[in-house]
Amino acid sequence: MNYIDNHIVTIIVFLPLAGAILLAFLPRRERDIRYFALAVSLVTLLASLHLPWYYVRGQEGFQFEQNVPWIAHPAIQYHLGVDGISMWLVILTTFLMPLCVLISWKSIADRVKEFFILMLVLETAMLGVFVALDLFLFYFFWEATLIPMALIIGMYGHGRKIYAAIKFFLYTMIASMFMLASVIWLYAHIGSFDFVTIQHAIQTGQVDNFATAAQWLFLGFFVAFAVKVPLFPVHTWLPDAHVEAPAAGSVLLASVLLKMGTYGLLRFNVGLFPDQARRNAPWIIALAIIGIIYGALVAMIQPNIKRLIAYTSVSHLGFVVLGIFSFTQLGVDGAVYQMLSHGVSTGGLFMLLGMIYDRRHTYDFSEYAGLATPMPVYATFFTFIMLSSVGLPLLNGFIGEFLVLSGAFQAKQLYGVLAATGVIWSACYLLWMYQRVFYGKVTNPKNSTLSDIDARERVSLWPLAIAALVMGVAPNLWLHSIDPSVSAALRQFSAGTQATPTATYDVRAPGSQSHPGVARLMVDTGAASTSEDSVRHNAEVMGR
Amino acid sequence: MIPAVDYIRILPELVVSLFGVIIMLVDPILPDNSPKRPLGVLAVIGVLLGLAATYYQTGYYGSAFSDMVSVDTFSVFFHFVVLLTALVVILTSFEYLAIQKLRAGEYYGLILFGTVGMMLMSSAVELVLIFIALEISSISTYILAGFRRRAAESAESSLKYFLLGSFATAFFLYGVALIFGATGTTNVYGIAQALHSQKSLLAYLAMALMFVGLGFKVASAPFHVWTPDVYEGSPAPIVALMSTGPKAAAFAVLLRVLFATGAPGWFWLVWVSAVLSMTIGNIGALVQQNVKRLLAYSSIAHAGYLLVAFAAARQIGISAAIFYAASYAAMNVGAFAIVSHFGSSGEKYVTLDDYAGLGRRSPVLAAILTIFLLSLIGIPITGGFFAKFYVFSAALQANLVGLTIIGVMNSAIAAYYYLRVIVYMYMRDARVEAPVARIPAGLGVALAISLIATIYLGVLPGRILDYAMTGAQDLLK
Repeated sequence: MNYIDNHIVTIIVFLPLAGAILLAFLPRRERDIRYFALAVSLVTLLASLHLPWYYVRGQEGFQFEQNVPWIAHPAIQYHLGVDGISMWLVILTTFLMPLCVLISWKSIADRVKEFFILMLVLETAMLGVFVALDLFLFYFFWEATLIPMALIIGMYGHGRKIYAAIKFFLYTMIASMFMLASVIWLYAHIGSFDFVTIQHAIQTGQVDNFATAAQWLFLGFFVAFAVKVPLFPVHTWLPDAHVEAPAAGSVLLASVLLKMGTYGLLRFNVGLFPDQARRNAPWIIALAIIGIIYGALVAMIQPNIKRLIAYTSVSHLGFVVLGIFSFTQLGVDGAVYQMLSHGVSTGGLFMLLGMIYDRRHTYDFSEYAGLATPMPVYATFFTFIMLSSVGLPLLNGFIGEFLVLSGAFQAKQLYGVLAATGVIWSACYLLWMYQRVFYGKVTNPKNSTLSDIDARERVSLWPLAIAALVMGVAPNLWLHSIDPSVSAALRQFSAGTQATPTATYDVRAPGSQSHPGVARLMVDTGAASTSEDSVRHNAEVMGR
Repeated sequence: MIPAVDYIRILPELVVSLFGVIIMLVDPILPDNSPKRPLGVLAVIGVLLGLAATYYQTGYYGSAFSDMVSVDTFSVFFHFVVLLTALVVILTSFEYLAIQKLRAGEYYGLILFGTVGMMLMSSAVELVLIFIALEISSISTYILAGFRRRAAESAESSLKYFLLGSFATAFFLYGVALIFGATGTTNVYGIAQALHSQKSLLAYLAMALMFVGLGFKVASAPFHVWTPDVYEGSPAPIVALMSTGPKAAAFAVLLRVLFATGAPGWFWLVWVSAVLSMTIGNIGALVQQNVKRLLAYSSIAHAGYLLVAFAAARQIGISAAIFYAASYAAMNVGAFAIVSHFGSSGEKYVTLDDYAGLGRRSPVLAAILTIFLLSLIGIPITGGFFAKFYVFSAALQANLVGLTIIGVMNSAIAAYYYLRVIVYMYMRDARVEAPVARIPAGLGVALAISLIATIYLGVLPGRILDYAMTGAQDLLK
């Protein structure tokens, strides 16, 4: 390991913050500020590409780790690192950031400097959430995302922006206090905030009173993450925040901030409390499925395009939660994949909506019809991204949903059947929306003179379209590194539920295999009926 | 014969008093209607020398003047806190006095004398001396509260503060008398020895009385009623001082009285007072339109959080309390410095409506105030976050689950009203454009000090916390 490998994660996380600090001292020339922000986000993207480039596939555990003491009492480590799951979320964040800068180029005309400072600070906080391996550090970054996001909504949003910003802030802040309580409890009984140490201590049963507290700890984490995801009964902040946020804010909110919730569920709820995760899975899955169907149905009747897309997030993120709590290799692989692909597709949709909002300053369906006539290029991009969101084969959404549904069927047929309806619903509401907005005659004279998207807007859409296609045809590029991390996470899980590790546990030497994810996964579809069996089965398949 | 080292152990007090006296002597020499800026500079020099003297003291730990004063990590820590607060307040006052057209040299002198009292409060280990120190600091602040003498509310606040304050000090004095009756001594460590062997009813009563007296000084409920009115009427820089310096010093005394003496029966007093302070403070702040009143209620709530650390007791609780006092001083003095600058002539602009659109008119000032407010909420990378974190984890380790839950719920409520100020500054447009003057040099330095302290405590709290730990150890020995 050389110097760069040891510090690359720190560099990636703090590059945007350094950029923000420099930006604060730049003179208020808006053009320069925009270019500077774009440059910072591009440099961060480049730096982050170091991760997948040098990532050792098939190796378990965390890579590019950096672990130095930060505060002596309480013992807080500055511990960063990525595995196959978090690495791609980091890339997703750095990939979307330059695009967000581009789409804000003209739509943010007032207080430009503050806007880009907030965006860059937000990027640092989001990246920190994904790479922190110390629970305290994680909480630190988690809370730090709140302020810039709330300010972006409240300062640059429209309509009831203040209401939306405060609602967003209070929901998340109050929920994360429960997480903090759990974290402090763990520290008080284990004496460490380090994720790996805590996980080890719990697995080997070294924690006093763990049996009685575990359910509460699980719920403490769960509440914080469920609000962020958002799961069904606590999702009400999301439509408000989305609709009132500026385009770039919506993109980051949908594509990255929501993923922090599902990432947390996978890393902490499943990773630390496997027994409780299993025990609570039925009602969590029930909530996820309610979210899938309810989100879709509510989306269908929205009079506001952006609100519609916001509700599709509730539905799509339901898939992710379902996949995670199916505890099958397929399901969890799919959940992680769906996180990335939702980031690309829904992020893309919000960007597209931002472009039309720049022109017309409204999201009402009633204002639009026949947009394909004045804006053909725009309509084409919209079709493409929308189809990727619907889950058309060969595009990204399909892979994630397919894997999740396969996992759900393995876990329990009913889950699969109910969730599969979500795919149908999503086709319904998105195609219907498309029909209403783009087809037919231009009824509103204001729309007939709309200019099609310009070069800058095209530049910001092409990367997403390409990503959607590549993710759809070559998912193994991603699953290669996601798969081993997921199976490691699941084996923690099976090791936790069965008091002693099974024989297959040791067979798998690090780095000995690198199965192309999907190909192998296809083999064991339907092979095992219960989740526990399938976990063991997967482990055996890997051992061979 | 008093050994020379004894004088070193009160050196900061001596230096600062000396400068206070010099200021009083120079004042009449200066022409009557000059802004008296030189006096402020003298005061700054005095405080800086006081800081140097405190640093010098770290080589001379021990007690002095027949065990009346004890210099240890604990007292040195509070000396630093008090002196730095005084420094920020003096720097803020330069501009404030000029704008309010207050031309009086005794202003700076009184701040210095008050500071001497506060410093002595943290190093005195003799209840009578503590009482005297308390009076020195209180009397200075009574006068300073009424310094905007052309404004009726300033006079009102001064009188209110004085009447209730002397009432409270009387309580404290009664407590001292009773504890003397119970133990035959007024030395803190002597009391500890006496109480170790037997705890009489008198001692319980004495403890309760002293708690009432000090509860008033730290503005904890139910002895908090004076706070909003006094803060609203007093000059803003003085509020910055009142809400931090004397408060920190009074908490230092409370720590000594409760823990160094091994006093009996304090737990429920502290518990109830903590819960009341947090709840009343936060709920009261929710409905305030005046920023000074809002911060007054917030300071009541913060006294409550600090008392949570008291309830946790032992080394961990005490060190959490010390850390909290320091970070609270840093963020609160900074917030008031901005309120004072923004208030402008006659403190006209102090309502939330005046703050609307501040983010647009004065981005730097608004950004700095935002950081202080976030720190008061307890958001990461600010000192307020670690302060709350240490307090609540100390409470959990002491198994005070109920108190922790109440505290955490309270800090969630608190987020709302601090956020409201931020919302006004950034997300609302001004109805009446309140003018914002440029930031003068003195204020700039003052803000830089408190900002750096706030961020430093939020990013690298380790050293200060270690220091607080040692302080707690020294206190308990």
